[in-house]
This record gives sequence, C-alpha cells and structure tokens, in this order.
Amino acid sequence: MIAIVDYKAGNLRSVERALKKLGLSCRITADTREIAAAERIVFPGVGAAGSAMRDLMELGIGRVIKEAFLSGKPILGICLGAQIVLDRSEENETVCLGLVRGEVKKFPDYNAGEVRLKIPHMGWNRIIIKRSHPVLEGIKEDEEMYFVHSYYPSPADRSSVIAETDYGFLFPSVIGCRSLIATQFHLEKSGNAGLRILKNFCEWDGRRAQ
Amino acid sequence: MLSRRIIPCLDVRDGKTTKGVRFKGNIDIGDPVEMARFYYEEGADEIVFYDITASSDRRDIMIDVVSRVAGEIFIPFSVGGGIRTVEDMRSVLLAGAEKVSINSAAVRDPRLISEGAAAFGSQCIVLGMDVKRTSPSEKTPSGYEIVIDGGRTFTGIDALWWAGEGERLGAGEICLNSIDADGTRNGYELSLTRLVSEAVGIPVIASGGAGEIGHIYDVLTKSRADAALIASITHFGAHTIRDIKEYLNSRGVKVRMSW
Repeated sequence: MIAIVDYKAGNLRSVERALKKLGLSCRITADTREIAAAERIVFPGVGAAGSAMRDLMELGIGRVIKEAFLSGKPILGICLGAQIVLDRSEENETVCLGLVRGEVKKFPDYNAGEVRLKIPHMGWNRIIIKRSHPVLEGIKEDEEMYFVHSYYPSPADRSSVIAETDYGFLFPSVIGCRSLIATQFHLEKSGNAGLRILKNFCEWDGRRAQ
Repeated sequence: MLSRRIIPCLDVRDGKTTKGVRFKGNIDIGDPVEMARFYYEEGADEIVFYDITASSDRRDIMIDVVSRVAGEIFIPFSVGGGIRTVEDMRSVLLAGAEKVSINSAAVRDPRLISEGAAAFGSQCIVLGMDVKRTSPSEKTPSGYEIVIDGGRTFTGIDALWWAGEGERLGAGEICLNSIDADGTRNGYELSLTRLVSEAVGIPVIASGGAGEIGHIYDVLTKSRADAALIASITHFGAHTIRDIKEYLNSRGVKVRMSW
C-alpha cells in the first residue's frame, strides 16, 4: 500500500487519482502508524513552507518520515514536498525536515534580456537529466513537466541534483538522496511523462542504480 | 524556458459542451469529459471549462463534470462561470480542478480575489476579464473597458487598471477576453493583449478571435501572451493541436512538442 501523506497541504486527490489511473492501491492518510506501515510514501504539497512544517510536526508526521527515510523506504516528494525535505527554506524562514542538506531559495526578480521572467514559474518546462535514476527511466529529452512555484530546492551536495530546469538560470527540479526522490514539478499534472515517473517510483526498491 | 501554452476552451451548458459565437446561438458539440480526454491526448497544455448553465441546479451538474474530467486527464484544468464565493471555489477545486476563474463576481466584490488567494494560493486564482474597446476617457484612459455579465453590462472600469489591481489583490493569472474579437475568427485583439501582458507580472492568456494558426503566432509573439485560448479553430476539426504546435515550433515559438 502507498501512503499519500495528508497534512492539509492540498491537492492530495489529484495524486490519488493518478495512482488509481495506474491501477495502484493507495490511501490518503494522516495516521502515523499507517504511514509507518506503508510500503512507500508519497509526500505532496501545495502552499507555504511555514504552515506545512507546522502541521507536519504537530501531527507527528515529520518524525515518521525521517524514520522511513533512515530505514530506506521509498519516499516521493512533490512540489512543496520537494522543498521541505531540505534543511531550511527562505519561505517564512522555516526550519525543514533536513533529509537532504541544503536550502530552499526564492526565485530572484530579474529580467532575462528584454523579457521579464514572471514569478511564479508556472507552466510547462523541460527537465535536463544530470544523473540517471531508476525513477526517471524512459523520460525523453524533450518531455516537459508542469511547474507552479516561487521557491526552488538548492541542495548543498551536487550529487543530490538529479535533474535541472532552465528558468533564466538552471535550478534543481528533481533532487534525490538515498531512498528519497523529489520533483519540484507536479508529476500528477504532467501528462503521460508525469504518470511514467509516478509508475517508476511505485516499482522502485529505493536504491540508486549505478 | 517555459513553453507557451495552447489551451482549448470548452463552454459547458447543462453538462454538455457548446461553442458560443459572440455569446449567442450556442450549439451542442459534445460531451465535456470526452472532449477533454480528446484534447488531453492531442497535446493540449491545459483545458478551460466555462460553465454557462443558467438553471439553479447548475452547481451540481458542473461539479459532476469536473470530478469525471479529473479522473481522465492529468494536465491542469480550470473552471469558470458562475463562481461567486470562496465556497464555490472550494467545491470546484476539491472536485479536481487546478484553478478557478472568476470574472463578474470579482468586479462586484474584488475581495473575492484576495480571499480566494489567501485560502487556496494565487496559483489557483485566474482573473477572467471581458474587455470592450471604447474611446479613451478620464475613466478609461487605456481605451478599454471592463464589461461583465457575459458582455451585457458596462462597468466604466478601465481594463488596464483592473488587470494591475487583480494582480495586486492576488490573482495568479489573467485570462483576457476581447468581446470585440470573440467569435469573429479574425484574430486576437493584439494591442489590448500586448498592453496588459507588458503591464503585469503574472501570466496572461489571450482569448477571443482565433480563426487561423497565424493568429495564434501573432498573439504569442507580437503581443507576448503566455498562452492562447482556442475554441472553434479546433472544435470543428479545421486544425489539430499538433498542427498548431508544429507550425509555432517551426517559427521558433517554444511549445511542448512531446506528450
């Protein structure tokens, strides 16, 4: 069973629908015992880092996710779920889970040439794969993913950067460390390419291929 | 860099898809769930549903459509038409829409924008604007006026000012529809689109007037729209989304080509 972590951070149903479309059994839950017992964990998220972390800690879910990470259970973070796995976030100056060393930064306000880059970074953009990973298997170079965010993950260790995306500069859009993989984009809204990543995750044993 | 988005718009009345020409004389052309799946498979980047149901049981019919669509397509879609309260927004978003579009109700009560953004995040709130050309005046210096209630009521509000105000209040995107161009198939309102697109820091979806592929190219390049809303150009089979994207791609516009 796949646990979709419910910490009031919205958009859980779309992840559930995507998993159901793939014929996989899953459950939206805030029950720490159920999350601890799950075969794998999906950790979505929309909203602000500050309130998300507060809810996670209050519900006791933060601790369960850390334990699952230490035990090597496959964990998938999506959007905000790809940010609060780092040490800290510039958004609301939040202390985060610290599964991956590094921080979450706000997109700078700037112009690229004569074109003003809009924030949030919203819409379809490519991912440039930097390191092969079982969860990205079958993803072609020209496939695009759906993003909506104003902050981005910035791991301290380059080996945690699995893919990057160009929005005036290259930012990490897929990060991973041990049994954790996290996408800044909404794979549940990224068409067939996103569904493929979700399917790969559900077949992954939590080990990085060499 | 971001791709420009091609967004088919489906008008829905009593749970059925229609296409209005200048908001009059709608004809049924299909089932919204089927059409959404068709466009999803054809490479649409997003889909817009516009509920034009007049009856009082409209809400339940549309919520049913939204939840059926959400189980079939895995790209973002938004729902507009008749959304008047934060609770209306909540029910549409919970049923599976990514965004809600508010139009007349936001003009009547602009707090709806800020309250919606606070409750669900700006990325969920699309400000729909219906705009008509007018002579520049003290009240409408841009020469464009906001009209509401499907184009029937003139508000005296300047369109350019309202776009900025919507952004300030927390809208995450603007869907800019020209009433003058809508349904003509003579092309988008290029000067209006450019004016608004350059003035705001949030994405602008151009709407109204697409009749040929070249019109889409023009509004994405000359007017710098972030996305183009289309309807009859693909609904009646004159073009496919792939045709449109191949043309745009060949002329150097970045669009999503693989799906």
